[in-house]
Amino acid sequence: MPLTYPYAEDTHPALDSPGYKSTGLRAPTQRPIILPQRFTEITGPLLVGEIGPNDHDLTRQHEGEPQGQRITVSGRVLDSDGRPVPDTLVEVWQANAAGRYAHARDTWPAPLDPNFSGGGRVVTNSLGEYSFTTIKPGAYPWGNHPNAWRPAHIHFSLFGHAFTQRLVTQMYFPDDPLFAYDPIYNSAPEGARERMVSRFDMDTTQPNWALAYRWDIVLRGRNQTVFEEPHDD
Amino acid sequence: MTDRLELTPSQTVGPYLSLGLTWPEGADVVPPGTPGTIRISGVLHDGAGTPVPDGMIETWQADPAGRFAHPDDPRGAAEPSVPGFLGFGRCNTDPEGRWEIRTVRPGPLPAENGAVEAPHLDVSVFARGLLDRVVTRIYLADDPANDADPVLNSVPAERRDTLVAQKDGEGVYRLDIHLQGPHETVFFTV
Ligand SMILES: [Fe+3]
Repeated sequence: MPLTYPYAEDTHPALDSPGYKSTGLRAPTQRPIILPQRFTEITGPLLVGEIGPNDHDLTRQHEGEPQGQRITVSGRVLDSDGRPVPDTLVEVWQANAAGRYAHARDTWPAPLDPNFSGGGRVVTNSLGEYSFTTIKPGAYPWGNHPNAWRPAHIHFSLFGHAFTQRLVTQMYFPDDPLFAYDPIYNSAPEGARERMVSRFDMDTTQPNWALAYRWDIVLRGRNQTVFEEPHDD
Repeated sequence: MTDRLELTPSQTVGPYLSLGLTWPEGADVVPPGTPGTIRISGVLHDGAGTPVPDGMIETWQADPAGRFAHPDDPRGAAEPSVPGFLGFGRCNTDPEGRWEIRTVRPGPLPAENGAVEAPHLDVSVFARGLLDRVVTRIYLADDPANDADPVLNSVPAERRDTLVAQKDGEGVYRLDIHLQGPHETVFFTV
C-alpha cells in the first residue's frame, strides 16, 4: 500500500467564512479537485536554512530586553498517529507586548518596541520538541468590523515531513475574553478551535525569570495500511 | 497502537507574514548562475482582479532527474542531480502582487499503472483572508508530457490553462494565479 496522509474532516476553517471579511474576495469559489497523493505530495522540504543563535529567543535579538511579560512557549510537534515529528522547522511571528507588529503596514497607535522584532525559528529535536523564549503579545484592533480586536496570539508555521503536512496556524492563550468575538478563532469548527489554545504550565516556569505556556501541534498522520497475512497458530 | 490525536486547525497567515516567514534567497531553488535556470513568475489576484500585495507562494518539485532528496520517495532518497538544488521555493508577493521563483525544470514522475506525471511544481498559496493555504500546480506549456498527465486530465478542459505557465522568452515562464473570478485558478484538495 502506498503511503498517504488522509484528509481530516471537521478540523480546518471553511475558506469562505463571511464573519472574516477578507475571505470575501480571496476564498476560491469553485469546488477543489482531488489531487491524488503521489511522489510530490508525500515528500516535502526537509532543509531548514540557517538558524541563528538567537532565533529561538525573541527577547535577545537586540541590545536591550523588550518590554512585557517574559514567557516560554514550548511543546511537541506530533502527527495524528502520535509519532513525534523531528528535525522540522517551526517559524513564529507576533506583535509586541502592546499589540503592535514591527511591520511597516501596522500603523495603529500603540508603541513600537525598539528591542522587539517579533520573528523566531527553531528546529524540533529528535522527540519533536520545540521551545521559544519571547514576551506575551498584546491584543490588537483590526478593521474587520466596528471595535474588532484580535485575541493575543502567536503565528506558527510548520513544514512537517511532507507537502501534505504543511500547516500555518495561530497559538492562543488560555481564558482570553476576546475569543467569543473573534471571527478568525471561531472560523475553526467548534471542538477543534480549542486545540489552538495553549495551557499555562507551572511546572516549566523558570523561577524569577519567565512564565510558561505549553502547546502541542498535531499534523496529519500517515495511512500506510499493511495487510497482515492470516496466521494459523 | 497509539490513540489518534486530533489535528491542529489552520489559521490565516495574516498581513504581517513577512516578519516570520523569511527565507534568505527563498526564491532561488537553485544557486544563482546554475545552468538551465528557468524563471517562473506571475501576479496573485483576488476576486476583483486586484493584485494581492501581502501573499506568499511556496513551491515544491522534483529535481531534473525526477527524484527527491527525501526518504519517502518510494525509489529512495536521491542526491540532487543539480548541485545545490533545494526543491523548495518561497516568495512573498510584492506591492504589485508579483512573485517569482528561479529553478530548474523538474523531471517527469512515475504514477500508478504505468502513467507518468508531467513535470510540475506543487504550489501552496498563503494570504490574509485565506484561512488555510490553497494548493495548486504549475506545469510548463512546452512540455509534450502534459497531454498524458493524469492530474491535468482530471481537470475540466476549459480550466486546464490555469495550471500551465506560458513561455515568455528563453527560460522565462509566466502564470498568474487568480483566487476567484472568471479565470479562477484550479485549486486542489490534497
Ligand atoms: Fe496576528
